Order: sequence, then C-alpha cells, then structure tokens
Amino acid sequence: MSCQPMKKDESVTLAQHRRTFFTQAAAGVSLMALAPGVRLVELAMANSEDSLPSSDKRWGLLVDTAKCESGCDECVSACNSEHGLSGHGRPETDAQWIRKVDLKDEQTGHELSIPILCQHCEDPPCVDVCPTGASFRRADGIVLVDKHICIGCRYCMMACPFQARSFIHEDLTSQKTHSPRGKGTVESCTLCVHRIDEDQEPACVEACREAGHDALVFGDLEDAAGPLASLSRKTATRELRPDLKLNTGVRYTSF
Amino acid sequence: MRATVISLDRNSIAGLSALFLTFILSAGDAVADVVTPEVPMGRGAQCVEPIEIMRRDHFEFIKHQRDQTVYHGIRGSKHSLAGCIDCHASKGPEGEFLPINAEGQFCQTCHTYAAVKIDCFTCHATVPD
Repeated sequence: MSCQPMKKDESVTLAQHRRTFFTQAAAGVSLMALAPGVRLVELAMANSEDSLPSSDKRWGLLVDTAKCESGCDECVSACNSEHGLSGHGRPETDAQWIRKVDLKDEQTGHELSIPILCQHCEDPPCVDVCPTGASFRRADGIVLVDKHICIGCRYCMMACPFQARSFIHEDLTSQKTHSPRGKGTVESCTLCVHRIDEDQEPACVEACREAGHDALVFGDLEDAAGPLASLSRKTATRELRPDLKLNTGVRYTSF
Repeated sequence: MRATVISLDRNSIAGLSALFLTFILSAGDAVADVVTPEVPMGRGAQCVEPIEIMRRDHFEFIKHQRDQTVYHGIRGSKHSLAGCIDCHASKGPEGEFLPINAEGQFCQTCHTYAAVKIDCFTCHATVPD
C-alpha cells in the first residue's frame, strides 16, 4: 500500500515545501557569502534582475516582404558597418550575417526580395550539433556563439538550414569593441545583442526605417502589447522551412 | 663511510651559501638589480582593484566577466576588457591610439617579460572606440 501514487494536492504541498527550503537555503548561503569583504555594490550589480536576459522575453523580427524593396541593401550595409564586417573579395567565404535573396515564382512571374539572416530558432540545429557548447541560445531567445570556446569545427554551419553562419578564415584587425570577431571561429547575426542589452533595436531595423521602407519590425514575441506580437497576431506570418519545426524568432509576412 | 662525510659537507656548504645569499638580498641593493619591465600606463591612474591584486588576478577577473557578458548580457561593469583598454591605451605622436598589444604597449610589455601569449586580441579590439 505504501506504493500508492501521491494525491495531487499532496504533491503540490511537497513541491512548495521543497521550493521554500531551497529559497531559504539560498538566502542563507548568500548571507554567509556576504561576510568576508564582499562589496555590496558588486552584489547589487550582479543581481540586478532587469539587466539579466530572461525567458519572459523572446526577441524576434518580422519581415514585411511587401515593403522590402528589390535592389535595396541598407540592412546589409548597416550590419556590415555595425559589426565591422569587411570582405576580402571572396564571396564564397567572406563573412555575411544578412543577405538579400531575390525570388521569382516561375508560374506567375511574381517577384520577391527578402533578407535572410539567422532565424534565431527555438530549437536551433546549430546548438544541437555543437561539440563544445559554444553555440547556445540565450535565455531571451537570441542564438549566439561563445567564441571563447568555439573550436571552429563548422558543424553548425553544416547543420543550419538557412546558411546563416560564416567562418572567419583570415587574421583580423580593427574589430569593433562591441563585436569581437577572430580567425578560426564561426559567427552569425547576433540580433545586435549589444544594442538590445542597452534597450536599442538592431542596426538593420534602424537602417530599414531610415531608408523609408520600414520592412523590419523588431520586438518581444512574448509581449502581447508590443509592436511585434500585436502585428503578428493580426497578420498571417510564416517561418522559413516550417517543415523542420524550429519555431523561428524571425518570421516573414505578405507572401 | 667516507662518502657520507663528504656529502654532509656539501650539504652544509649549500646551506651556508643560501644563508649568505639571503643576507645579501635582504641588504637591499641586490633587489634593485632585478630587471622589471617599464609599462606605459596610458591614462590609467586609479585601477578598478589595487595594483597588487590586478597583477596577480587580472585574468581571473576578465575570464569571469566574459561569461557574464556573453551569457547574461552584463556589459560595461568594472572588470570589462574594454575598460582596461579605455584606460591603458597610449597615444602615438600624432594623437592616435596605439594597439594595446603592440610591442612596448601596456598588455604586451608584461606578457613579453613573463613569456605569456595573449589570445584576447585575436578577436577583441585593441584600441578604444
């Protein structure tokens, strides 16, 4: 009889007990750690919850293909200058975080021009295959590479269905302070994480608006009142390669 | 038996020399003869930690900070590498910043002296923005 399953309300109480225990234990530990010469300022900084990325947010991008103009590459140039990407005249291997792709429906002749970039998947194949854990998804949905532990194996480049990643083949100089890049590591769109951490929008979104197209809408997919979530609710949007069930953070509309 | 006596003698000679050396070193002048690198400090007057602590532990601070930044988005706090460069980059004759990892500059001088290779600047900017 002792093997009977627990009643539901019993398990809730137990879970609550456990939670209370851990919370109190954590408080105890942090109090003990405070004792020998810890500076309160640092503690406050490390614990400032507002600045930490959390899963309450999921950053995303909506591309309105009807507004995206063929031949315009303002987003690409803005990305290149924001992150200091410069080519070596070798398009096959030069770093490319965002590119414009022109599509044509052969049947109807309808043409489209869309930007393709890291789709910031919820289940990113690049993270699945990374042997060192360098490819990771930040709590707020941004897919990044920790270049400190990237060994440059390029499995992620093979796994990405969108060919969104680049490998740096050459020694680099004159990198931007906010965008460290170096030979032997893989990189891709960071959704301008350095800007997001300072409550700004990505460089491509800003450039698209300044060019008068306003085809890119950036925002928090979890914030129902925000520009991205409210627009996505009203309009039909689609993700690239929906068959892969990646639940991308970048979506497209009007096609 | 004879061999043992000789080895004892050697030991005591070594012990005496060590004592003598300690005496000479503690006398003062000999310490000043140790060659230490001359490090250009850039603008840096007041570091984020006492200098003795920075000399020993700066890499621990930077390594901790790098994960804070990459995974938790905490930027510009006191142990950031960008902060080191902002403060310690020197300017050349025409007022332009010199790369901090160039020969004779702040980071490189000590690392050359200690024969430690720095990997930071394969990726990170070497001059302030």
